[in-house]
Amino acid sequence: MSPIGATTSELLAHMERGEFSSVALCEAAFDRIAACDDRVGAFLHVDREAALQQAAQVDDKRRRGAPLGRLAGLPVAVKDVICTRGQPTTCASKMLEGFTPPYDAHVVSKLREADAVIIGKTNLDEFAMGSSTENSAYKTTRNPWNLACTPGGSSGGSAAAVAAGMVPLSLGSDTGGSIRQPAGFCGLVGMKPTYGRISRYGLIAYASSLDQIGPFAHDVAGAALLLEVLAGHDPRDSTSLPMPVPSYTAALEEPLKGLKIGVAVEHFVAGLDREVEAAVRQALDVYRCLGAEIREISLPHSKYAVAVYYTIAPSEASSNLARYDGVHYGHRAAQFENMIDMYCASRGEGFGKEVKRRIMLGAYALSAGYYDAYYLKGLKVRRLIRNDFDAAFAQCDLIASPVAPTPAFKIGELVNDPLAMYLSDIYTLSANLAGLPGVSIPAGFSSGGLPIGLQLLGPPLAEDRLLRAARMHERATDWHTRRPEVV
Amino acid sequence: MDYTVVIGLEVHVQLQTQSKIFCGCSAAYNPTQPNVQTCPVCLGLPGALPVMNRQAFELALKTALALNCEIASYTKWDRKQYYYPDLPKGYQISQYDCPFSKDGWLEIEMNAETGETRRIGIIRAHLEEDAGKNMHDESGGKTDSQVDLNRAGTPLLEIVSQPDLRSAAEARRYLEELRLLLTYLNVSDCNMQEGSLRCDANVNLHIHQDGKNIPTPIVEIKNLNSFRNVELAITCEIERQFEDWKATGRRLGDVPKETRGFDAQRGVTVGQRGKEEASDYRYFPDPDLAPVTVADELIEQLRSDLCEFPADRRKRLAVTWQLSDYDVRVIVDQGREFADYFEAAAQACGDGKQACNWLTQDILRELNERRLTIAQFPIRAEVLANLLGRIPARQITNKSAREVFLELLNDGGAGPITSSRIDEIIAARGLALVADTGALEQVITAVIDKNPKAVADFRGGKQAAVGALIGQVMREAKGADAQVVRELIIKALQSG
Ligand SMILES: [Zn+2]
Repeated sequence: MSPIGATTSELLAHMERGEFSSVALCEAAFDRIAACDDRVGAFLHVDREAALQQAAQVDDKRRRGAPLGRLAGLPVAVKDVICTRGQPTTCASKMLEGFTPPYDAHVVSKLREADAVIIGKTNLDEFAMGSSTENSAYKTTRNPWNLACTPGGSSGGSAAAVAAGMVPLSLGSDTGGSIRQPAGFCGLVGMKPTYGRISRYGLIAYASSLDQIGPFAHDVAGAALLLEVLAGHDPRDSTSLPMPVPSYTAALEEPLKGLKIGVAVEHFVAGLDREVEAAVRQALDVYRCLGAEIREISLPHSKYAVAVYYTIAPSEASSNLARYDGVHYGHRAAQFENMIDMYCASRGEGFGKEVKRRIMLGAYALSAGYYDAYYLKGLKVRRLIRNDFDAAFAQCDLIASPVAPTPAFKIGELVNDPLAMYLSDIYTLSANLAGLPGVSIPAGFSSGGLPIGLQLLGPPLAEDRLLRAARMHERATDWHTRRPEVV
Repeated sequence: MDYTVVIGLEVHVQLQTQSKIFCGCSAAYNPTQPNVQTCPVCLGLPGALPVMNRQAFELALKTALALNCEIASYTKWDRKQYYYPDLPKGYQISQYDCPFSKDGWLEIEMNAETGETRRIGIIRAHLEEDAGKNMHDESGGKTDSQVDLNRAGTPLLEIVSQPDLRSAAEARRYLEELRLLLTYLNVSDCNMQEGSLRCDANVNLHIHQDGKNIPTPIVEIKNLNSFRNVELAITCEIERQFEDWKATGRRLGDVPKETRGFDAQRGVTVGQRGKEEASDYRYFPDPDLAPVTVADELIEQLRSDLCEFPADRRKRLAVTWQLSDYDVRVIVDQGREFADYFEAAAQACGDGKQACNWLTQDILRELNERRLTIAQFPIRAEVLANLLGRIPARQITNKSAREVFLELLNDGGAGPITSSRIDEIIAARGLALVADTGALEQVITAVIDKNPKAVADFRGGKQAAVGALIGQVMREAKGADAQVVRELIIKALQSG
């Protein structure tokens, strides 16, 4: 049996039975990367030597019968916006070219504790700003299902790496849909947990009040397992939630009884692709057949989500990215006249177009005289969006919707139309603004052979409910078993 | 032309915490080893996140309570954004529109003779993180600048006064009283040389003309690093503003607020180039830090734990030991440990006036000469009290006690100085009061015999003539009590 495209449960079982070693698994991963990453472009950096060394240590532990972590021996890819000690962490930006953090992000420590093997760092839109992974300063990542299409973004590299069978698991970050949308575009399970469920310590900030790390996997069990490893309180992140973490894997196979799924009227309107709508309706039928009740709900303020998001996220970004000034680390211009000029030249050279666009948007929204009209108003509407969800969840357990209005779009199709690109996140942004958990699951294919995802959103800390509901659908369908042929 | 001076002070105080305000790094002053007290958080590395230091917050609360401030039940952190190499994140975590405390006051003494006091209003006190330090090494034509981030993230309390101060001397007095309070509270070492207490002054004049008050443009004088410079800089600035008014007639609003520095060498304030684009800090709430709610129980607990304030201590000492306002000011203003020393000594010897004289004269002189703090002073309060107790007990004279005191100090022996050492010195130097009146009477008789003129003068009604006789007896009978000698001489003369 080839490990390429296998699920985490299969791989762990194989290793348990001694059919594969972790070293063999990692070598297969590197072979796969060598075979197709020149076309897919998922990775920015791989560390073969370190990975194989770690894999050998895990194999050795297993041989000795020493206690093993939950992810023992599994290759994992990490979005290059998450700090890895001693390994480059660039945010796909020229600004951080050659930057090597002296510390591990909380999630990376968790991966290491769980005996996962970190294969390398994956491509993204620069500083996680984008929806197509075209805004990387280094390369464009392609969708393994159709190399002419984007894998979505900003965690496109992590999604493509799993979809192409290079690794069974990867980490992404989701600020406005950056895990769920690429998961949808690449036919994967991708989850954004409740804000604060996973520590952000070591996640390089784009928009601090929206950023959240989450897993990519082929199936729900893989995502649940990775989430279980990563979730939990971290005193180094003041926004980390202190609540205990339930076992997401334990009850996964138990279907939810009397499940009430909300469907928002505002989600099925002009601009939604016909095939995407059909796939979502089909998924709702699956749930109906499984005994769930589908209820119409309303999220009246959802129409403001894009505007609110593009006020709050750039505002925070303009501040978070102020530290890249060429003084202490990162890119510094070779030529400058004086201190101010050094700042301007370094930042001017180091940042790409989309990053500059958002920094300017945010600096404007926070300026004296504009703050109340933009940032403060944004915060107020953000509250209204959350209130909509609170009201909706009084009537239903989960909300189902498309992940994105269309399947994966073509590379270059939207890159010069920022507004159209921003609208591709219309279904995912609200969950970040409201701090809610959401998961994207495979729910069909377009006539052109591109995956279509279904998004499920839940109330705060309802990750277990989301995953069980996702698993119900998964068991009744086979979309998640399909793999692309990367040619 | 007449005018009123209007001054408000912005004081930055480094709080004395073990660790920095948002990370675990040591907050100790360490200028000799740059960048060793740093971590990803205070270096502003990508991905690092701040976590509030509770100790810093509680020290700040304590200070605000001592400044009679209102404590907000809800407070938050804001980012103040500007670019400077000593600010690694490109923003300073501070408090903008919801400071944790506001509307307080500090009482200062206006007139040492009358004891008249006045309350200076405190607009607000808020917490923030300190920046690092830029160092410009221009030796040998070098143009490189270096940044030391040891200080970055040190907890800083900013205390903003109302523009209630009316003279340079008053501004200095306010700052001195504030410093004293902060050291009494033990929240800061307030070392101005090391920068743990820094002061900016906002100054303008209200010119009285034709029955109107015309304000001159407000000037902020930055980075005043000693009490003396605070007073000097403001004095110079007042003069400059008055001259400027006479020359240009410029009033508040005619020109943007100006920032000036103080050139102590030349004794002038100097205009500073405006910080580029410094006008808009684009403040917004820091999304990395949760807002802080302050429970009433915490406030009450901190309030009940507060020590006695300097002003209250002055009043109490004056009443308890019947000291003058001047004396209690000298004692209390030396700092908490000095006043503690005084109280311990006064209690042990039972004579506050005596203890006060010794502390404010002998001990202060020795501390200054030897460059010691009271904590480092080798004679502990109970030993001093033992020495002082011997004077009213007529074991030694006041003069001999001073001799013993100096001998104790010059001893330099190992181990702490104990009271038994006093006995040794008295014995070795023969300073014990001559209680044997027989021996003393012999000396007196001899002196009287040798001084017929003085004797005649005395008998002729010149009381003062006895002084010369006392002096001679004292020279011959070492350790004699002058009072006893005087009585014996008069007795001898009257009976003779
Ligand atoms: Zn630190």
